[in-house]
Amino acid sequence: MNTNVTPERRQFTASMRFLHWLTAALVLTMLGIGVAMVASLASFQTLVSIHRPLGILILLVVVIRYVNRRLSALPPFPATMSSQERFVASASERLFYALLFVLPLVGWGMLSAARYPIVLFGSLHLFPILPHSLMLYAMLRATHTVLAYLLFLMFIAHFGAILFHTFIVRDGMFNRMAPWRVRAENR
Amino acid sequence: MPTETTTPTEKQAAPLITRARLRGLAATGLIILSVVTAFLYLGGWFAPGALTPARFVDGLERAGGMHSGFRRNHAKGVAVSGFFESNGQGMRLSKALIFRTGRIPVIGRFSLSGAAPSVADAPDTVRGLGLLFRLPDGEEWRTAMVNLPVFPVKGPQGFYDLTLASAPDPQTHKPDPQKMEAFLARHPETARAFKIFQSHPPSSGFENSTFNSLMAFRFVNASGVWIPVRWSMVPVQPFAAATPAAAAPGNKNYLFDALIVSIHRHPLQWHLMITIGQPGDVTNDANIPWPVGREQVDAGTLTLDSVESEETSPARDINFDPAVLPAGIEPSDDLLLSARSAVYSESFRRRAGETKESSAITPSEVRQ
Repeated sequence: MNTNVTPERRQFTASMRFLHWLTAALVLTMLGIGVAMVASLASFQTLVSIHRPLGILILLVVVIRYVNRRLSALPPFPATMSSQERFVASASERLFYALLFVLPLVGWGMLSAARYPIVLFGSLHLFPILPHSLMLYAMLRATHTVLAYLLFLMFIAHFGAILFHTFIVRDGMFNRMAPWRVRAENR
Repeated sequence: MPTETTTPTEKQAAPLITRARLRGLAATGLIILSVVTAFLYLGGWFAPGALTPARFVDGLERAGGMHSGFRRNHAKGVAVSGFFESNGQGMRLSKALIFRTGRIPVIGRFSLSGAAPSVADAPDTVRGLGLLFRLPDGEEWRTAMVNLPVFPVKGPQGFYDLTLASAPDPQTHKPDPQKMEAFLARHPETARAFKIFQSHPPSSGFENSTFNSLMAFRFVNASGVWIPVRWSMVPVQPFAAATPAAAAPGNKNYLFDALIVSIHRHPLQWHLMITIGQPGDVTNDANIPWPVGREQVDAGTLTLDSVESEETSPARDINFDPAVLPAGIEPSDDLLLSARSAVYSESFRRRAGETKESSAITPSEVRQ
């Protein structure tokens, strides 16, 4: 991408933006499925059978995304962000990565501890990563719920922050992560 | 692109509250509120009366009492193990590896229905058999069967209502016959099922009981062709009718004790009989029997040669979730499977974190 040659980078790289929106779609779907399946009798089985492989897909995407993030050049924070805002933004990015990595692992681990087969699709299944232990399962199952609610709150805060910058501060911050390419002179 | 009406960092004199900012604030609030509302909707927050897995298990606990660490239904049980020997006859029906000729390990659990883990054995109490088949490639097939010929109700709501209608009254410790009468008046399908039960009296013990899947499933073969099926474990041990005399008041565990004695004497065997449904046979309602004379395939023999108290067996900590299926066995259009899976999982989640109390069938009771 020729964004590398512009002196002042306005957007994240195309691969970072793609991975961001892919994660957003997967995680929102996952949160919706998660909250619906535990409250549903008739759809439970279908939703669980999507939840498992989708969780593993998110785990893969977040690993790729993290590596890509480390290898990519980043645009600077907009001038409209105070140092406190910048600190919160950086800390929440780290927490997002941590949650997106840990939540699928806790899910995988809790199914292992419950001695459920970890079926992805058809006969394809994963190996257990923890020994059969009900107490371990109980702990991880509760952790899975707590972390998922935390992730939802993080998403709401993140979404609220970008809406705030778009509709109230109006500093064009959304352009940094816009799925489409934004030229410098658009600013 | 929104036009920039103000540049807040540069113009200190710019008013903090502008019409545009208020509109922006309203838009932000509205969008966030809709997203949160959508999630609350998905989570069932706007349907407080709907039957959820949690409310279902609450009902089981209300009807049968709270028993720490035990399954919320079929609480009393004993663990068994053995193997399944396939004769290869099932291969044309399903590509599941269990049907390839050969022997695979099985663990299981015999149980009595109800939430009370120390209930006295009685001939009419519904008997359960949960099985876990470990396939050579690491896949699993789990099934939870009972000795009834059909499911007594239609769907999960019916089962929930039946459980509460037949619950012992806190005053008399006996089911309230008026509640049951009212339930049967509202549920003719249950009255019909009870008539079928009368023509299928229970056998004398676990060892000569037929256990049925009740629900229909789909078998998919190697060519991708699927057929509706139901299955049964049909005992090799000869049928003998239950006698009230056997249920002596002194022995609360007479059914389990007889099972333990007979399994110590010789391995117990069942044939896995696959019943093939025809077009028009009801597959979405386990309450309705299939016509007699449907083709049956004997797919192999289950041998149970070892019995153990739940306290020493991994079976206690296994959820015999009937939705755990290998490739080649798929759910039918009967949503009861999903509901059972959801309720079993919720029961499992609750009991997993609780202190485990000793099983009615103790390790010393099982000793030879």
